[in-house]
Amino acid sequence: MAAEGSNSIDALGQFQLHSALGAVGGSVNFTQSNLMMVIASVGVLAFLYLGMKPRAMVPGRLQAAAELGYETIMSMCLETIGGHEGKKFFPFVFTLFFFILFGNLLGVFPLFFTFTSHVMVTLALSLTVFILVTVVGIKEHGLHWFTYFVPQGIPKALAPLMVTIEVISYLSRIISLSVRLFANMMAGHVMLEVFGSFIVMLGGLGLLGYFPAALSLGVNTLLIGFELLVATLQAYVFAILTCIYLHDAVHLH
Amino acid sequence: MRPASTMKLSRIVPLLAAGLLMLPAAAMAKGMPQLDFSTPLTLSQVVWGAIIFIVLYIMLSKTGLPMVASVLEERATKIAKDLNEARAAKARADAGMAEADQATAKARAESQAAINVALEEAKNAAAAQAETLNARLEKQLHDAETQIAQARASAMSAIRQVATETAATVVARLTGMSPNSAQVENAVSSALAARGIG
Repeated sequence: MAAEGSNSIDALGQFQLHSALGAVGGSVNFTQSNLMMVIASVGVLAFLYLGMKPRAMVPGRLQAAAELGYETIMSMCLETIGGHEGKKFFPFVFTLFFFILFGNLLGVFPLFFTFTSHVMVTLALSLTVFILVTVVGIKEHGLHWFTYFVPQGIPKALAPLMVTIEVISYLSRIISLSVRLFANMMAGHVMLEVFGSFIVMLGGLGLLGYFPAALSLGVNTLLIGFELLVATLQAYVFAILTCIYLHDAVHLH
Repeated sequence: MRPASTMKLSRIVPLLAAGLLMLPAAAMAKGMPQLDFSTPLTLSQVVWGAIIFIVLYIMLSKTGLPMVASVLEERATKIAKDLNEARAAKARADAGMAEADQATAKARAESQAAINVALEEAKNAAAAQAETLNARLEKQLHDAETQIAQARASAMSAIRQVATETAATVVARLTGMSPNSAQVENAVSSALAARGIG
């Protein structure tokens, strides 16, 4: 995250993709973003496997954490989506939440890449959710599902306008879901980069720059803590919105 | 979306503003790497991402999550079993307690009855004893009274003789001649009668 030049701040360079895993990775266009996805996935699996390995009746710390993660997402699914369907979609929501959470949190470490800061990745995730929600809705209700776009108790004359608005708002879920996550992660990392560059640039000015450089370091320290909050919060928001959309698909309003 | 930030960062808002102002000028000129479609990596990462996500989903839903579920279920059944056992033990203890209470109540009633019987017997015995004692005392009293009456009667009859002899002697000394015994006896009799003794 160091500044590349002494006079300009390259805040976006950190998002540049390049191929990872040497020549083999390069030949299949395997990027460092994908490497981080693998690391995050291995992290999630290790979290569960190592955590649940003792199978203790009274769990230790790691097992308690793994169980807490399981039960949090399970109760989120059961409460938001509802009983039977909630259980059915639980593995998907769990995967989604922990994939994004680990991606976000790993991204806060220096030298690590944040794959959730790429709008194409978050767009793919939100499209997955969108398609799943639509397919579930149509499978569950057949053609009746299209009444979802017709609000109840509106005058006939207003119907075309309202349906148009409803369809647009339904489609805009793809954008809002993906851009919310992507923009949050990108903004945080740009801020870290900018203040990190301040430290280097101001520190290079000599005695006069030491104080503002130290101040920037303090800001970055705060930002790191703040990023941890945002990383968790955004993963949670993505998961809970997915649950809400699935609830709508299953129950139609 | 970031409520906590407004308070914490209020002091460093000027710095933040400076940083943000420098952003567009310094960075946006190049364009965002996220939207750089001149490199195939922007889209290839999505393909790889999809593969990785699907593999993660399968591994989690087939092994990882069932593992957690089995442990949680095991614990839930264990807890339920222990609770049931505890409930059964409590029921047993309650039953034992009730039994003990019953036995105590029965023993108390029995002992109370025994006490009552013993008390009654003692009372009867005491009453009988008192009766015999009373009868004996009564008899002794009666005997004593009879004896006293006899003694009194014999004493009374002796008095007449003594009085007669004493009177005859007194008369003989005073007059020098022995009195008529019949006259003395009459005088003594009348004197005794006058005093209510004879």
